Amino acid sequence: MSSTLLRMEGITKSFFENTVLRNVNLTLERGEILGLVGENGAGKSTLMNILFGLPVIFETGGFEGKIYLEGQEVCFTSPLQALDAGIGMVHQEFSLIPGFTAVENIVLNRESTLYNFLVEIFGERLATLDYPKMKDRAIRAIKRLEVSIDPEMIISEMPVGHKQFTEIAREIEKENTRLLVLDEPTAVLTESEAEILLEAVKRLASQGIGIIFISHRLQEVLEVSNRIVVLRDGEITLEKKASETNIREIASAMVGRRIEGLTTRAAQERVFSTPTMTIEHLWVDMPGETVRDVNLTIYKGEILGIGGLAGQGKLGIANGIMGLYPAGGKVTFEGQPLPLNDPTIPLKKGIGFVSEDRRGVGLILDEGIALNIAFTAMQIHELYIKKFLGGVVKWRDDRAIMKAAREYINMLAIKCLHENQKVRELSGGNQQKVCLARAFALNPKLLFVSEPTRGIDVGAKSLVLDMIYKRNREQGTTIVVTSSELEEMRAICDRIAIVHEGKIAGILPASTDSSEFGLLLMGAKPTVEEGVISVG
Amino acid sequence: MDRIKKFIADIGWPRAIIALFLLSLFVLAPFVNVRIDSSISDTLVRFGMNGILVLAMVPMVQSGCGLNFGLPLGIIAGLLGATISLELNALGFLGFFTAIAISIPFAVVFGFGYGQLLNRVKGGEMMIATYVGFSSVAFMCIMWLLLPFRNPTMVWGYAGKGLRTTISVQEYWGGVLNNFLSLRVGEFFFVPTGTILFFALMCLLLWMFFHTKTGSAMSAVGANPEFARAAGIHIDKMRTLSVILSTLLGAIGIIVYEQSFGFIQLYMGPFYMAFPSVAAILLGGASINRASLTHVIIGTFLFQGILTMTPSVINSMLQTDMSEVIRIIVSNGMILYALTRGVRVKSR
Amino acid sequence: MKKREAAFNLKRFLMANIVPIIFILLSIFAIPISQFSASYLIQEMLIRLARNSFLVLSLLIPIIAGMGLNFGMVLGAMAGQIGLILVSDWKVIGLPGMALAAIISTPLAIALGWMCGAILNKAKGREMVTSYILGFFVNGLYQLVVLYLFGYLVPIRSPELVLSRGYGIRNAVNLLGIRNCLDYCIPLTIHGIKIPLGTFIVIAVFSFFIIWFRRTKLGQDMRAVGQDMEVARSAGIPVERTRLISILISTVLAAYGQIIFLQNIGTLNTYNSHEQAGMFAIAALLVGGASVAKATLPNVFVGVILFHLMFVVSPMAGKYLIGQAQLGEYFRVFVSYGVVAVALVIYEWRRARERAYARRMFRGEA
Repeated sequence: MSSTLLRMEGITKSFFENTVLRNVNLTLERGEILGLVGENGAGKSTLMNILFGLPVIFETGGFEGKIYLEGQEVCFTSPLQALDAGIGMVHQEFSLIPGFTAVENIVLNRESTLYNFLVEIFGERLATLDYPKMKDRAIRAIKRLEVSIDPEMIISEMPVGHKQFTEIAREIEKENTRLLVLDEPTAVLTESEAEILLEAVKRLASQGIGIIFISHRLQEVLEVSNRIVVLRDGEITLEKKASETNIREIASAMVGRRIEGLTTRAAQERVFSTPTMTIEHLWVDMPGETVRDVNLTIYKGEILGIGGLAGQGKLGIANGIMGLYPAGGKVTFEGQPLPLNDPTIPLKKGIGFVSEDRRGVGLILDEGIALNIAFTAMQIHELYIKKFLGGVVKWRDDRAIMKAAREYINMLAIKCLHENQKVRELSGGNQQKVCLARAFALNPKLLFVSEPTRGIDVGAKSLVLDMIYKRNREQGTTIVVTSSELEEMRAICDRIAIVHEGKIAGILPASTDSSEFGLLLMGAKPTVEEGVISVG
Repeated sequence: MDRIKKFIADIGWPRAIIALFLLSLFVLAPFVNVRIDSSISDTLVRFGMNGILVLAMVPMVQSGCGLNFGLPLGIIAGLLGATISLELNALGFLGFFTAIAISIPFAVVFGFGYGQLLNRVKGGEMMIATYVGFSSVAFMCIMWLLLPFRNPTMVWGYAGKGLRTTISVQEYWGGVLNNFLSLRVGEFFFVPTGTILFFALMCLLLWMFFHTKTGSAMSAVGANPEFARAAGIHIDKMRTLSVILSTLLGAIGIIVYEQSFGFIQLYMGPFYMAFPSVAAILLGGASINRASLTHVIIGTFLFQGILTMTPSVINSMLQTDMSEVIRIIVSNGMILYALTRGVRVKSR
Repeated sequence: MKKREAAFNLKRFLMANIVPIIFILLSIFAIPISQFSASYLIQEMLIRLARNSFLVLSLLIPIIAGMGLNFGMVLGAMAGQIGLILVSDWKVIGLPGMALAAIISTPLAIALGWMCGAILNKAKGREMVTSYILGFFVNGLYQLVVLYLFGYLVPIRSPELVLSRGYGIRNAVNLLGIRNCLDYCIPLTIHGIKIPLGTFIVIAVFSFFIIWFRRTKLGQDMRAVGQDMEVARSAGIPVERTRLISILISTVLAAYGQIIFLQNIGTLNTYNSHEQAGMFAIAALLVGGASVAKATLPNVFVGVILFHLMFVVSPMAGKYLIGQAQLGEYFRVFVSYGVVAVALVIYEWRRARERAYARRMFRGEA
C-alpha cells in the first residue's frame, strides 16, 4: 500500500457558464499537512465541497475528474458518506450543540449505548446512553490533542478556543478518521489559542492523519504545513514545499486574477486634497465582518477602493457608517460630526449606499422596478411626493415615479419588459443596476458601493463598473467601492485601501503592482525586507 | 388541462375547492327550494357586517406583523365605544358616530401598547397575539361586571349593576347604516346600501393610506425589513402604527357589525372573533405576509357566502345542520394551509 | 465579588421562577378569603393531581425536541374520547374498559400524531400557532365524525348515547362504568381523605418513563434537534423523523391522559372536554415554572397544584371579596390565558436577547 491518502485528479467544475475549477490535481500523503491558500472565490471551497459530496455540487450538474482515497476511487453524494469514509471537516462556524457538554458533542450521534429489551420492539434508538463510556471516549480524544478541556463543560459557556478544540476532538474521535479538513480554524482564536491549535494539528499529523489546512494567515500556514498549494481562478498557481517558499511568493501567486471584458483605461494619476469624510477609530459589530479600529480619510471627488479578504471587515465599514450595524468611533462628514447607528442621518446628509446583499437589503423583490428605484429618494428627500392639505397628506406621485424610472432604465440600460416588472424576474446584473439607480436617484455627494459585481455575468460587470466610473467623472460624486475583486478596483479606483483583521493594513495608489496588494491582503507589510515581515 | 392546473396552482387548491363549493351551493339552491334572491341578500348583509373586521387584518399583515389574531383587542375598544354611547343615550346616526368617536382613543391606546409588545417578540407575533386577544377578553369580562354603567337597558335587572351578556341596540342605533339608502326588491331581496357604502369608504381610506409616503414605508417594512431599514425607515414605529390602524379598524368594524346585528355581545362574545376574519382574508388569497384590498373583498364574500349558503342548502338536502362543522373545517383548514405554505421573507 | 454573585443568583432565581412565585402569593392571599377547610383543599388537590398530571406530562417530550408547547395534544385527547365513547357503547366496564379504550385510541392517536408531526415539519419556527390551529381543524373533523357519522356509519347500539334524531352522540356521555375505577382500585384513606392511589402509581411509572427516556439515544437526539436542527442534521440525526416521533409520542400519551382524566370525572362532555384539556394542561405546566423551551417533572406537579388551587379557590374568594362568584370565574379564565400569554412573551423576549448576546460574543474583543 502506498502512503498516498488522497488523490484528486483533473477536477473541473463549472457553475452554469462559470468555470470555477480547471483541471486541478491534488495529492495528500498520510501524516502530511497540506496548506491550501487562495483568495475568496479562487475555488478552495468548491474543491472541498466536491471532496465532501455536498448536494449543491450535484444540483449544479456534478463535476469532472476522479477522486481516490487510499487508491480506491470514491464519489460521495452526501457529506454523511464522506464522514463514513473517514473524512472529517472542521468549519469556521462551530457545528456544535450549544446546550450539550463537550462529551455529548464529541460523541454526537455516535453515542455508546446499553442494550435493553425495548430495543427489540422499537429499534436501536431506545437503547440507553452509556455515559461513563462516552466520557472515556471523549477524554481519550481530547488527550490525543494534548489540550485541556473540561469534558463536562457546556459548550455555550466555553471560550471560543475550547469550542474549536471540541470540534476537532469530535472529528478525530471517529475511529476511522484519516483525513481532516480544517477550514480557517484559527480565524476566531486569540494568538495563544492559535498556537496551541497549531501544535495539536502537528501532533495529529504525526499520528498519521492527513490534514488539509485552509487559512488566510500565511505565516501560520507556512509554519504548520509540509507543502503549500495556491489556487487562483480555479487553477493551481503554486505548489511547493513549505520550506522552499516564502510569503511574498505565495502572495503574488494568489493575486492578479484575470478579468475578462474590463474596459481598459489609461492610468491617470489624480491628486485630491479636500477631505470629505474622515473616519477615526471606527468599530462595527457586523457579524462575520467585524471592523475593529479603522482610520481612513476619503477625499472629495475620488474613487476609493476598499479591498480585503472575506471576513476581515471590509464590508463592515460602509454598513457601519450607514447605521445598519451597531458601530462606534468618530466619523466626520463635510466638517460636521456624523452620528452613527441611525440609518436616516447619513441618507439625509447625502450619503448613498448600494448594499452587498442585493437581494436581502438592496431590493424588494416582489415590487416593481419603479418603486424600487424611487423608494429611498421618496422617503428621504420627499421626491415624487405630492402634498395635500398643507403637507398633512403626502401622496405618492406614481406618475412622477414612472417618469423617473424610465429615465434610469434608459440611462443604465436596464433590460426589462416595463417599469413595473417585478425585480425578482430580472437577472442579477439588471437587479444591480436597479440598486445603482436607486442610489443615483438620491443624488448623493458620497456613495458607498459594496461588491458591485458579485454574482453577475461578465458583460454586466463591466457595464456596472463603467456606470460607477462615469458617475464619478461626470457628476463628480465621491465614490467608495468595496470589493473582493482587486483587479476590478484597480481598473476604476484612484486609491485602494486593504482591510485586514478589522483594521486598514495599508493604502496604495491603484497603479501599484498587484503583488504589493497581495502582501497587504495577507496582513504582511509590503516593501519590507524578507525575513522581517511582520504579521498583522 | 395544463392551463387549468396552472390556474389552480396560482390561486391555491383550497381556494379553488371552496369557490367551486360555493358555486355548486348556488346552483343547487333552487332545487332544494332555497331562494337565490334571499340567499344573495343574506350574503350581502353579512358581507357588509364583517367586511371591516376582515379589513383590520391588512395593515398588520402588510407591515410584517402577521395575521392579526389579536383582533379581540380592537373589538374591545369598539365594545367600550358602543356601551358608552348607549350610556350617553345617543341615538341614530349621532349614536353610531358617538360610539366610533369614543372607541377611537381606546383603540389607539390599546393598539399602541399591543404594538410595543409585538415589537419585542418579533417572529412569535401570531401565537402571542392570539393569547393577548384571549386574555384581554377574559380581563374585560371582569371589567364588564365592575364598570359603573347605569343605563337600565344594559345592566342586569336584579343586581342593578354589571352589564348583560347581550344588549340590544335596536332602540339606539341598530340598523342605521343597513337602512341608509337601502334597497328592497320584493319580499326577499334587500341591499344594505349604507353598510356597504361605509365598508367601501373604509376600503378607500385604507387604499389612500397605502398610497401615501407613510403607507408605502409600511408596506416596505413588511416586504423586506432590511431594505426598509437601509432606506432610513424606523421599523418599530411603522409596525406600531400598523397595529394601531388594525386595532382601530377592529373597533370600527365591530360597531358596524353590531348596528347590523342589532346586539352588542359582551363577555366571551369576542373570544373567537379573530378566526373568521383571518380565515376570510386568507380565503381571498392573502398570505401571512401579503394582503390587499382585493383579498379582503373576495375573501369576505366567499367566506360569508359559504356561511350563508351551507345552513340553508345543506340543511334542506340532508335534513341536518352541518353548517357549524363546515365553518370550523373551512376556516381552520384555510389558516392551516396558509401557515404551512407561507414562506418567511427573511434575508441572510 | 462573591456577594454580588450571590445577589445576582437570587435575582436570577426569582426571575426564573416568577410565575410560580406569583401564584403562591395569590394563593396565600386567596385561600383564607375563600374560607375552604384545609382537608377539603387537600382532598381536592389530590383528586386534581390524579386527574390532570398525565395530560400535562404528555407535553414534555415535544418541548425536549424544541417544538414548544404542543397545542396539538387535543388531537390525542379526541382519540381518547372516541375510545371511551365506543367502550361505553359496548358496555365494557371497569379497568378492562379503560384498557380497551386505550387500545382503541392508540392507532387513532398514532395516525393523528403522524399527521400533526408531518404538518409541523412543514411549519418550522411556527410550530405552536400551527399546532394550535390544527387542534381547531381536527376538532371540526372530530365533530363531523362524532356528530354525524357515529350511529350512521359506525353502529352505536346504546340509545342513551345517541341523539334523538337517530345518529350522532349526545352532548354528555355518562362514564359510570369506568368512573374512578383506576383511582380507587387500591382503596386507601388517610384521615378521611381518599387517596387515588391507582392513578398515582400510573403517573409515577410514567414519570420514571420520562426520566428513562431522556437517557435513551432517541431522547438525546431529541435534545440535539431541539437545540440546533442544522447541527443535528449535519451529524446525521434524522431531524424530521425525530420531530415527528416526539409529536407522535405526545399525542398517544395525551390520548391516555384524557382517558385517565375522564375516568376521574365520570362524564364525557363530548364536544368540549378535549378543548379544555389542552388549554388547562398547558396553563398548568407554565404556572409550574416551565417555559416554551424547558420543562421538568417538578414543573408539572407544582404547576398542577398551583393552577388548580387557584381554580378551586378563586370563585369563592371572588364571592366573599366582592360578592360575585362570577367575578372569580372570569378571573380564573383570565389567569389561564394570561399566564400563557406572559410565558410566551417572556420566551420570545429572552430569545431575542440571547440572539443579540450571541452576536456580541461572536464579535470577540474589539
